[in-house]
Amino acid sequence: MSGLSGATAIVGIGATEFSKESGRSELQLACEAVTAAIADAGLKPSDVDGLVTFTAESSSEIHVARNVGIGDFSFFSRVGYGGGAACGTIAHAAAAIHAGLADVVVCWRSFNERSGERYGLGQASRPMDTNADRAAYSWMTPYGLSTPAQWVGMFAQRYMHEYGATSEDFGRISVIDRARAATNPKAHFFGRPITLEEHQASRWIAEPLHLLDCCQETDGGQALVLVSAERAKDLPNTPAYVLGAAQGAADDQHMMTSYYRPSISGIPEMGLVGDQLWRQSGLRPTDMGAAILYDHFTPFVLTQLEELGYCGRGEAADYILDGHLELDGSLPLNTHGGQLGEAYLHGMNGIAEAVRLVRGTSVNQPRTVENVVVTAGTGVPTSGVIVGVA
Amino acid sequence: MSAGTSYDDRQYDERLEAFIGRVLNERTPGQDPVNVPMIRHWVEAMEVANPVHLDADAARATGRDDVVAPASMIQAWTMRGYAATVRPQAAAGGFQELIALLDEGGYTSVVATDSEFDFVREVVPGDEISVEEVVDSISPEKATGLGVGRFVTTMKTYRDGAGEVVATQRWRTLRFKPAAKVEPRAERPKPAINLDNAFWFEAARERRLVVQRCTSCESLRHPPGPECPECQSFEWDTVECSGRGTLYSYVVAHHPRHPAFDYPLLIAVVELEEGTRLITNLTGVTPEDVTIGMPLAVQWIDDGPDLTLPVFGPAAPEPTEES
Repeated sequence: MSGLSGATAIVGIGATEFSKESGRSELQLACEAVTAAIADAGLKPSDVDGLVTFTAESSSEIHVARNVGIGDFSFFSRVGYGGGAACGTIAHAAAAIHAGLADVVVCWRSFNERSGERYGLGQASRPMDTNADRAAYSWMTPYGLSTPAQWVGMFAQRYMHEYGATSEDFGRISVIDRARAATNPKAHFFGRPITLEEHQASRWIAEPLHLLDCCQETDGGQALVLVSAERAKDLPNTPAYVLGAAQGAADDQHMMTSYYRPSISGIPEMGLVGDQLWRQSGLRPTDMGAAILYDHFTPFVLTQLEELGYCGRGEAADYILDGHLELDGSLPLNTHGGQLGEAYLHGMNGIAEAVRLVRGTSVNQPRTVENVVVTAGTGVPTSGVIVGVA
Repeated sequence: MSAGTSYDDRQYDERLEAFIGRVLNERTPGQDPVNVPMIRHWVEAMEVANPVHLDADAARATGRDDVVAPASMIQAWTMRGYAATVRPQAAAGGFQELIALLDEGGYTSVVATDSEFDFVREVVPGDEISVEEVVDSISPEKATGLGVGRFVTTMKTYRDGAGEVVATQRWRTLRFKPAAKVEPRAERPKPAINLDNAFWFEAARERRLVVQRCTSCESLRHPPGPECPECQSFEWDTVECSGRGTLYSYVVAHHPRHPAFDYPLLIAVVELEEGTRLITNLTGVTPEDVTIGMPLAVQWIDDGPDLTLPVFGPAAPEPTEES
């Protein structure tokens, strides 16, 4: 176990409503979520001395700080690579607190991703630039390969070819997420479960991906407050201790298009994250009472189960069929409904759900949950955390 | 009549044929008798040098009684005039019926194609000219540079006040369906060219598919970059590929659509014979016939003046005996 494991805890969570058109600025969404999370933690804005968000965030730390009333703050950091940043914000916050750079750190993400700039529409019309990140698109967009669904579809087709997985195997993830969302009043798809037949009948977006393999797009904000384990004991909520927090970018890493590795039927960056999480925490995959796995597109949920060690390569379809991911299974999945069912908050809403699971307050609380593994965006440099009761 | 002609088409043809021989415009008098002032305007505008139109002596010297109107002016005497042109009165008659029927067939545009005159006698000041127009023929649909259309030929007969024919005119117009404007194809999203990738796109413009090679350890790499991850050398050159490869994976894009592409769009990762992979499009194959591992060969497409890209189609099959 590393010194980081258990040294900090998530003690506050706060979010806006999740909608398709917030009608408010992204800065306001950020401020609402951050303010709510600080209040949930039983702290004052002036207690906060660290802020961590995504490089993709449009509202800088200083804007949030001066609106929320945070005053002076001594630690700030950003994590890159889109949704891959989610759990990385927790890693940065935990490391900063553990290292003595800050005492109370808020991590947040907010956007009008549905009513504003939609990622799903692709990169084709984005302005040109000659920096290395932009130039990387030169190998894709001239061929019409410009959307996340297409990028994932390319991996999924190869995965199906190598392991015999089918579209229905992907669809079962969607069915599970929507079943959980159906009983979550905060979820966009509250009261609207789907069947596998509906998944199969939904229109093609980028074969082999159907519409119902793709997560929704959302306006909203989500924030989380971290403090040291010692300080957490004095605060009102059951602490969700950070037992592991890690980032990973693997050999020959690209953004969503790591098609040049010897094999593309795995996502080794997630394996790298998982290995660190198990090592840091001293826990095993089977010690998890639930899993919040990043589900912007269903195929990578299968790959994550394999990378995290829940089953062998190519065996995820059978693992799912065995019922492990159901609410009464060995690893209840995405109890909030995931991004397919609750909201697409770049993974941050999933971390909040893990905190609720540890507190015992999820709307879909399984029988016993002591530890929860959470992952961030897949196909990109990514991250993960394990939160637990002790 | 071709086997593909529908009942509706045949019925339409019959309705058009019914117009042949019909009077389009009843005999209509000109607004003014033939007169010297209008002849003078015409002669000046047309720069007619012949003096017989304005100079009575010159006319008599040619054996005429007096000045004569220019022959080609015959149409001018019966024109409806400025006011009726800019503010046409609603009218009903054969002409309007024929135009309505042509409109119904989609022949909404018109261009005059030719006009042949026969002049019976010269027209002189004082003549009261009238004109009558009768349908001579309507052609079957023809393909023309302007679009498909029908040539409508009419006979206009010009008479004097006594009803005697002074000239006839075979007047032909093309009534056509305006060809749909072909919007220029949107260009593909442009690559962001920088110091690290320009060589590849420059080679592509010469229809050469290249892969970056480390000159120290000779390992190939794509997408290219400034440094070799194997040996840390910054020295590199390129090798030219055979253009053959196999399909490693693919996606059939449906939504959203970019105007540069036809959908469903086949986007592929191809593994080249040389061992590296690249993203490209598949051509000459439909999604149903795509299989991972299929042999492929490079083809080149130009997209706008500055971009040439490699795409891949099924590799030519082994030569077989022609039957």
